[in-house]
Amino acid sequence: MDIYLLEAIINGLLLGGVLALLSLGLNLIFGVIDVVWIVYAEIVMSAMYGVYWLYSYYHWPLLLACVAAIGIGALIGVLVHVVVIQPILGSAPINQLLATGGLLFFLQSLATLLFGTDYRNLGIRLPVIEIGDIFISFSRLIAFFMALVGAVLLYLFLAKTYLGTAIRAIAQDREIMGLMGVNERRIYVITSAIGGGLAGLAACLLVLQYDVHPFIGLTFGPITFMVCVLGGLGNMIGGFIAAFIISQIIAVGGYYFPVEVAEVLAFVFFIVMILVRPQGILGK
Amino acid sequence: MSGAGGGRAVGYAALAALAALPFFLSSYFQHLAVQIVIWSLVYTGWALMGRFRLTSLGHGAFLGVGAYVPTLLWNNYGVTPWLGIPAAMALAVLLAMVVGYPCFRLKVVGHYFALVTLALGQVVLLVIVAAREITGGSLGMTPRAVGHSWYALQLSDKASFYAVALGAWLLGIAAWHWVECGMQRPALEAIAEDEEAAAAVGIDVLKEKLRITALSTGLTALGGALYAQYLMYLNPESMSGVGISLQIVFAAIAGGMYSMFGPTVGACFTILLNEGLRVLFGTHFVGAANTIYGALLVVFIIFMPRGIVGLAERMVARPKPPGPAAPVVQAAE
Repeated sequence: MDIYLLEAIINGLLLGGVLALLSLGLNLIFGVIDVVWIVYAEIVMSAMYGVYWLYSYYHWPLLLACVAAIGIGALIGVLVHVVVIQPILGSAPINQLLATGGLLFFLQSLATLLFGTDYRNLGIRLPVIEIGDIFISFSRLIAFFMALVGAVLLYLFLAKTYLGTAIRAIAQDREIMGLMGVNERRIYVITSAIGGGLAGLAACLLVLQYDVHPFIGLTFGPITFMVCVLGGLGNMIGGFIAAFIISQIIAVGGYYFPVEVAEVLAFVFFIVMILVRPQGILGK
Repeated sequence: MSGAGGGRAVGYAALAALAALPFFLSSYFQHLAVQIVIWSLVYTGWALMGRFRLTSLGHGAFLGVGAYVPTLLWNNYGVTPWLGIPAAMALAVLLAMVVGYPCFRLKVVGHYFALVTLALGQVVLLVIVAAREITGGSLGMTPRAVGHSWYALQLSDKASFYAVALGAWLLGIAAWHWVECGMQRPALEAIAEDEEAAAAVGIDVLKEKLRITALSTGLTALGGALYAQYLMYLNPESMSGVGISLQIVFAAIAGGMYSMFGPTVGACFTILLNEGLRVLFGTHFVGAANTIYGALLVVFIIFMPRGIVGLAERMVARPKPPGPAAPVVQAAE
């Protein structure tokens, strides 16, 4: 096999890890609260700025800055829910989606206001690993493993803890759970915090690979939604598989064509799949 | 609208005033007026679908087709925009049909429809960037300038361009009126309410949806074409993709997507707000204007989903039972 093709496939696999990590939080929110946070990628962007600012400006240790970024993500997640979603929880789903869309503009512009439109990076260049003739980005490798760890932790939390069980139960039947003595409001706030925290975690790994700027959310936001929908909105395992399919299309497509064409292929694949299997690849 | 002669007279008077407007304005305000009229057309086009719960987050795709096709035809083949623009509109409608037909056929609605259209917007954006040989990619492109020429639709005075744009906007308003007063509105409202039930009473759901989509996307492409001709500069980010698609959605909602002049009010509101805040804050606080705009949008969607016009109508009108055009709010579960 062509060595460059192999490299493309491996890098696609690693990109898949990043996409899977990005889609985790969004999927959780959708599955439990039944809301699409169009603003999700902008929460990631905000947390990326958090890491950048704490590390570069206040000289916090990187690891501490990352922990703080997860906290920032969780805090924004709670605010999104309490301020925007809670008042319109009963209105048409598309209104909720649009309200978080307004928030997208807000966060984008706030970032422009606070940080300007410059591209900023941490100035850390992680080594590139060379195996044989194949080059693998170390930061992508970390992201890949963190995605796996994040997914496993989330799974254990949902499967093994009382709170996790309550969250899953709410996702299945929100009316009955109220009767069973589960505080729906509290569960939603906690879920939003976890979803935002996962966005923060994704931010920590993205900031190692990409420059931060206020509009970075627009570059990977659409792909994240695509991954979630393709996997079946709210279906975590489906999202994981979808992340790897999409990333392979982009990576292998990028080997044969210019990268934009590869992305077009991914989007077209998404549109076709939604028509053929609107319930997602793992749907019933 | 009161259909009486008096109402009509007021309408004509308002139109005459609008037509005469540029003669009373300085160049800067003429510039704002042209922008407002063009975007009013685009927002009206979007709202034609949006009001019937066909929430498209990808109208940037049609804006992009409208903007690039006439310019590409003009630059490469010398085809006049007077032919290029209809061609672009036809192409935009064709694109909408190619995506819309399977969507409507397979009953893709709500979130899923919104996300399919979002993907479509990205596809057009990426295709424009990928075709950088002819489109200039992310750097953008300019129509080949020939000085003041009606043939090339390159008008050096803003008043003339304003007249052209106003004509196009009237076309959009006429389309709205046609939908509002024809059989389409009740049919589409029934579909928005309950697709199965609408089909059961003999409404051709597929046909109605495709018709309104064609109308909506064609007008959006027209707006995109005029905007490109006016600015004489196109770039993929400002003509297609998620950012501009969302801008269209929000301006239309802010103005009021259920009223004929709602989207137009939305265009006035957003553009004047943006300019006002820009003047207020100067260039020291880049982003301040949009920060306030974003916060306002959230407030609008939460507290007044029918927009400015909807709110005004409710304050003016005496209390009456909600008409069929009232947005249906799902019962809280």
